[in-house]
Parts: sequence; C-alpha cells; structure tokens
Amino acid sequence: MASFFKGQDIKKETETCISMQNVTIKYGGYEAVKNIYCEIPKGKVTAFIGPSGCGKSTVLRSMNRMNDLIEGCSLQGKILFDGVDLYGSNVDPVEVRRRIGMVFQQPNPFPKSIYENIAFGARINGFRGNMDELVERSLRKAAVWDECKDKLNDSGYSLSGGQQQRLCIARTIAIQPEVILMDEPCSALDPISTLKIEETMHELKKSFTIVIVTHNMQQALRVSDMTAFYNAEEVDGGNGKVGYLVEFNQTEKIFNDPQQQATQDYVSGRFG
Amino acid sequence: MSPKSDKLYELRRRRPSERFLDVGFKNLFTILAAVVALLLFAVLYVVFMGGLDSMGRYGWGFLVTSSWNPVDDEYGAGAAIYGTLITSLLSLTIAVPLGVGTAIFITENIIPLKIRNLIGLMVELLAAIPSVVLGLWAIFVMEPFIRPLLEILHQRLGFLPIFSTAPMGPGTLPAVLILVVMILPIITAISRDALHQVPTSLRQAAYGVGTTRWGTILNIILPAAISGIVGGIMLALGRAMGETMAVTMIIGNSNNFSFSLLAPGNTISSMLANQFGEADGSQVSSLMYAAFVLIILTLVVNILAQLMVKRLRLKY
Amino acid sequence: MGYLSRSLTDSGQPDLSYKPNISRNITSRLLTISAGFFAIISVLPLFLVLSYIIIKGGSKLSLQLFLETPPPPGLEGGGIGSALMGTLILTVIAALVAIPVGVGGGIYLAEYSRGKRFSQFVRFGTNVLSGVPSIISGVFIYGTVVVLSNWLFQRSFSAIAGGLALSILMIPTIIKTTDEGLKLVPEDLRRGAFGVGASRFITVMRITLPSAFPSIATGIVLGIARAAGETAPLIFTASFSYFWPARSFGDFWSEGLLSPISSLSVLIYNFAGMPYDLQQELAWVASFVLVIMILILNLVARWLARLTTR
Repeated sequence: MASFFKGQDIKKETETCISMQNVTIKYGGYEAVKNIYCEIPKGKVTAFIGPSGCGKSTVLRSMNRMNDLIEGCSLQGKILFDGVDLYGSNVDPVEVRRRIGMVFQQPNPFPKSIYENIAFGARINGFRGNMDELVERSLRKAAVWDECKDKLNDSGYSLSGGQQQRLCIARTIAIQPEVILMDEPCSALDPISTLKIEETMHELKKSFTIVIVTHNMQQALRVSDMTAFYNAEEVDGGNGKVGYLVEFNQTEKIFNDPQQQATQDYVSGRFG
Repeated sequence: MSPKSDKLYELRRRRPSERFLDVGFKNLFTILAAVVALLLFAVLYVVFMGGLDSMGRYGWGFLVTSSWNPVDDEYGAGAAIYGTLITSLLSLTIAVPLGVGTAIFITENIIPLKIRNLIGLMVELLAAIPSVVLGLWAIFVMEPFIRPLLEILHQRLGFLPIFSTAPMGPGTLPAVLILVVMILPIITAISRDALHQVPTSLRQAAYGVGTTRWGTILNIILPAAISGIVGGIMLALGRAMGETMAVTMIIGNSNNFSFSLLAPGNTISSMLANQFGEADGSQVSSLMYAAFVLIILTLVVNILAQLMVKRLRLKY
Repeated sequence: MGYLSRSLTDSGQPDLSYKPNISRNITSRLLTISAGFFAIISVLPLFLVLSYIIIKGGSKLSLQLFLETPPPPGLEGGGIGSALMGTLILTVIAALVAIPVGVGGGIYLAEYSRGKRFSQFVRFGTNVLSGVPSIISGVFIYGTVVVLSNWLFQRSFSAIAGGLALSILMIPTIIKTTDEGLKLVPEDLRRGAFGVGASRFITVMRITLPSAFPSIATGIVLGIARAAGETAPLIFTASFSYFWPARSFGDFWSEGLLSPISSLSVLIYNFAGMPYDLQQELAWVASFVLVIMILILNLVARWLARLTTR
C-alpha cells in the first residue's frame, strides 16, 4: 500500500500544510468518500482530478469546513492544518475559512462595487491598512487590475465571466489566507479566460498553498506540482458509489508513470 | 508584496464581541420565530378561555339556537353561524366562475399583453380597497341600485323560501354580493399564478397535436393548475367567512333566523364587530364562544386548503 | 383517412381554411366571449367604487378638513384631521412591532433553520395565522391587552392596543416575504461570503439581507397598506375618539398612547351608520383619503417589486 504514497518523499523536502488522516465524509446515511489519506504540501499547487461523482469537491470543501453548510454532512477522521485538527471541538469554522480561502465553480461576486467586493472580506477580517492599496494589489495579483482600474465603483456584475472569476480570486487573495481552495474555477469559463486564470495561479503559488479541483487533466498538468487522483466505485450494501483516493504523487509521475492501473486508464483517456 | 504580511491582519482572530453578536442574534431570530408560531396558539388559548364560561353554560345548543338576548342572558349563535356559512358559500359560488374565467382570460393569449396586465393590475388594486370603504359603497350605492331588482325577485319568486320576504334595504343577498367583490381578486390572483406556472412545454404539446385553444385550456392547462386554483378557492372561502366590515355594514345584523336571502341576517364576525365594544359579563363570554367557532371554521378551511394543494398537485 | 381536417379543396390542395361554423370553433368563440365578459365584470366594481369615492369624497376635499376633529353626531363643521393622524400613529405602532418580529422570524426560517421540525412548525403557524380573520386579532387583543390595561391602569381602549391588533395582521405577510425573499438569494453568494471568512450574522446582514431588500420592503409596504385600511380589529381595541390623539407632543407619550384614538377606517364605519348628511359626507371624504393612501402604498410596493426582478 505505502509504495504508491510517494508524496511522503516530498514531505521530507517541504512542510505539510494540510494533512488528511483517514477521512470519511457522509451525507446523511451514505458515504461520499472513504478513508482518504493525503498530505498537501505547503507552497505548492495540488490538483484533485477524477471522474465526476468521485467526491473530489467534497474533499476540497471539507478542508475549510464549507460542508458544514450542507445539511446532514458529517466527517470522520482528522484533517490537520499546521498540526491543528480543523474539526476539533473548539474550532470556529469562521476562523478556519479566514485562513483557508475558497474560489468557487461559478463566479460569485457580491452584489456590490468591484472595490467593495475586495474590501468586504478584508474589513470583516479586521484589516487595518490602506484599503485602496490593498484593492489595487489584490486585483493586480489576480491579473484583473487593467480591466477594473477605471470602474472600481461599478458593480461586480458589470465584468465578464472570466473577469468576475478573477475578481473572486482577488477577493480571496485580499484576506491573505494561507491556503486557497479552488473548486473547478474554470469550468464555467471560456478557454481564453481559463488561460488567464492559469497564468494567475502560477503567480499565486509563490505566496499561497493552492488546492484545485479540476475536470481538465491538461489543466492539472499545466498548473499543478502534485496531483491526487480520485475514483469512485460501487460498494456492497451501499447505495451509489463511494469515492476514494487512488493515487497521490508528483504531477509528472501521475501522468507519465502512474502506479495504479485505474490512474493509467484515466490519464490516458480510457474512461471518465 | 511580501508573501506573509501577517501584521496587516491584527484582528485575524474573531473578537469575543463578534462571536457574542453572532450567537446572540441567532438566538434572537430563533425567539422571534417562536413568538410568531406561539401567537397562533395564544390566540386560540385566549379566545377559548374567554368563551369557556358560555361553553359550560350553553353547551352545543349554542350552535343551533338563535336567541340573543342580553337582558335575559340567553345566547345562541345559530343564526350567525348559518349566516356565516350561507354568505360565504353563496359568494363563492358566484365568484369562482368569475374569478377563474378572468384568470384564464388574462393568462391565455387572447388579447394583447398590455391589456391583460392592466386587468391584472386592476384586480389587484380592487383587493387593496379597504373592506370598510366597500361597505360604505354598498350601503349608499350598490344597495339602492339593486333594490328594484330584488323587489322583482320577491314578486316573481316570492313562493321560494329564499325570496319570501320583501327587501327592505340591508340583507343577506346584498352582503353576498359585496363578498363576491371582496373575494374575486383573491381567486383571480391565485388562479392566475397557478395558470402561469403551467409549463409552456405542456401547452405546446397540446397545440402540437392539433387541439384548439379551449381544448388545451380545459383538458390540459386547468387540470395541471387545479391544485393552485382549489387552494385559492379555499383561501377565498376562509376570507369570506371571516370578512367583517363590509358585511356588517350591509347585512342588517338581525339575530332572527330567516331562510330568506332578502331579509336582514347576521354573521359571526359582524356580530362581534357590532356588540363586542359595549358587551360585558356573559355577553363577552358568549361572543368569545362565537369567535372561537369562527376560528375553528376558518382554521379547518385553511388547513384543508393546504392539504388539498398538496394532494392535488400534479407531477409534470 | 377519415379526418375532416384532412379534406382537400377543389383544386386538390389541403384545405386549411378557418371554418367558422364547425362546432369546435363555435364553442371556442363562445368560451372566449364569456371569459372576456367575466373579466369585465371583475374589473367593473373597481371603477364603480373608485368613481363614487372620487365623486362623493374627492369633490368635498378641502385643506380645512385636515385641520379639524370630527364633529359629534348632529353637529356641523369639523374634519378628519385627527382620524388621519390616528391612522398614521396606529400604523406606525403596528409597523414598529411587526417589522422586527416578522423580519427576524423570516431570517430565522431562511438562514438559520435547517429543515427541522421547529421551522416547519413556524411556517405552519404563519400560514394559519395569515388565514385567521382580522376581527379575531381584535378579540385576542381585547382579551389580553385591553383587559390587562383595564386592570392595571383602569384604562380600556388605547392606541397601543389598536396598534398591536394591527401588528398581528402584518406579521404573517412580513415573515413570509422575508423568508421567500431571502431564499431567492443565490446560495453562491452565501458561500462566497463564508469563503472569505464571514460569520453567518455578517453574511446575513451585509450580503443576503441587502440582496433581498426589495422583496422584503415590498412585503412590508403591502403589510402596512393592509393594516392602514383595517377596521375590524380596531373597533374594540383602539375604539374611536372625537379628539386629537394628544394636546401636545409631550402629552402624547403619557396620555395619548393609553387613550382611545380615532382612525379613518373606524370613522367611516361609525359615520356611515349615522342618519346625518354631514357625517356621511365625512365618511366619503375619509374613504377618499384612505383609498388614495393605500393605492399609493400599493404602487410603491409594485415599484419595489420591479426592482427585485432586475
């Protein structure tokens, strides 16, 4: 078993940021994903790939306790963030989300001005500095400054879809989380916007740990350092499929030299 | 920008006050929600307790006898209960075809959209006119206008018990007519919403097999919208039973039981409106008893409405 | 091919012409005409009522009427000033009670409850409460507030009691529109706010409530419009008064709130039944003012609702 967890080699070089230890997530009665072990390294881009319904988004959302908002969702096992259990009894999920930010599948700017979209998160996080400067810096980092600089007071909805998504990234950057979770951030966007967001991510990984869920294997190959391949299979006595982590390794290993047959099949396009 | 400038966020940790606010408001909202739910039971409780005295004294007989005599302390709400039922059911019988017909007329593509929207707006505005204003209008405009017609009804059909007395102004039938005006907008508005919700694909399917407009409406659209329409009718019935002012002003407020629709009558709510302010002692208790009967009647109708909407909802 | 509609014309082409005399087209036309007739009957009362209010009430309108108190039966002169003021005061009291309770309860239903029994119970209670006849809310307030204040202060009918009776009628409307308005706010927005570390309270206050504002405001305005025209719950809670609510502003807080208060709607009811022309005239004028107020509120509500759809 341990042989394919090559991630452990990397662990020696880089610190672990988020460590998932035997995580099982249930919706109501049935299990969505089961027995996940995964060590997400600090300062890298980690991609979650796999066929739809394999629970990769569920796992992602569990890392900043976004699943708390879904009724009947429960988690067993441990998710350690810098050694602290995110699901410990005295942990405030609001504090978790201030350190682990999230960008969603659909661009979801607030119904406020572009400026206020950035300032909102900063303000509720107790930002005490030059707000104008923070807004500009965040928008620049998300590579959307040029499009926005002349209309900071316009509604966030006046931007195109791709620009809205970069605004949402800027909004997340502005609260300076340690980790940014991205849940298929490009799935609703056109190829050109996708490319721009990928460029943004290369810039961002200098400052943040990034975990990205993606359908698109080419995207995983382009942006990530590490890749986790999830799959789902029918289990006896269960209704529906249960997701599990098949293989977690450096991205190039996953795509060029996968250890598991399922990974091999998936990355070569034989299923999924 | 340095990768970790933690200094920027000195207040990264939530202050206790912020956390307190979060929990405090959650509790506040929960309490407010509970207040609303308990309000219904408080109303039931207060009215029931208020009427308890008379319930013990007059029992079930209160519901069928119709003497109302504060001097001798003799009370029976039979005439008022009968009046409540007969006015609301009769007005419903008239208002349902009118309301549903109007709703069809303004949802289906018969006349230009602008005119349809205008009719819709006017029906909504009719609903906004206060009951007491309609009552005023009924006394001074409607009733004098229809009195000759009622005279004719009495002369020609006087052998029927329902037209057996000569019209003398206020009476049950004028009250029924003003109730029609009041519940028509409810039936129209709710039926219109229900018809709007029928998916276009269903319409297209019906037209696609060569059905006429009315074939589509009667065979496809009305059955699909029936749950909403019936719900609306039941709500209108509940409203008609509880409607007070306009009815009080035109029904004549007589506690003498009469089958004639042309004679003055009474309803529970108009009896309350008329007497509650000056009542005391066992009269208050009797009025509370009557009020409790009214609550139960409307409650049953409203709950039935909710159940029927659920039961009749078609899957499409 | 026994279908009539597939018959051919003389020139051998399919016959697609409209045949006005076949039964399905006759039925269709008859039904259309009767539906149109029904629609005309349905809007007729609005015209009749409005025109009479304008003729009988609007024509008598003068500034003087707004500055005077209603004349006791049989006396000359006077106006509806105190009744208009009373209606405003009663509506404000009702709104002050109903808005926090209704909006707060609605926020609980839409944002905090998670489909539990309790929220189903609250929704059921709200639905049933909205169907309870308005006069019953008067009976309820009579049985609680009026009886209590009679016992405590030896006062019976009061502005406070009237306002509370009206608030019971407003609460279900407000709680429903708040609940529904908040549910229309996309879940994505909530997630976005949580994603940048907002607590639920901040999310509600800064993101979802502002987004739902137009629909909540619509509900509040409609609730106020309904309360302003209500009569039944006021007759034996606020009762009626031939005087101004208070002689001075200071008096109002000490005396006015605990005294009976006049209102346009109760004035209409009382004066409609009096055998004097002057009083009946004032009833029409009061109707005119009341209807104009309520129609304006309804138009405001419609305008607010249009903001939502944008």
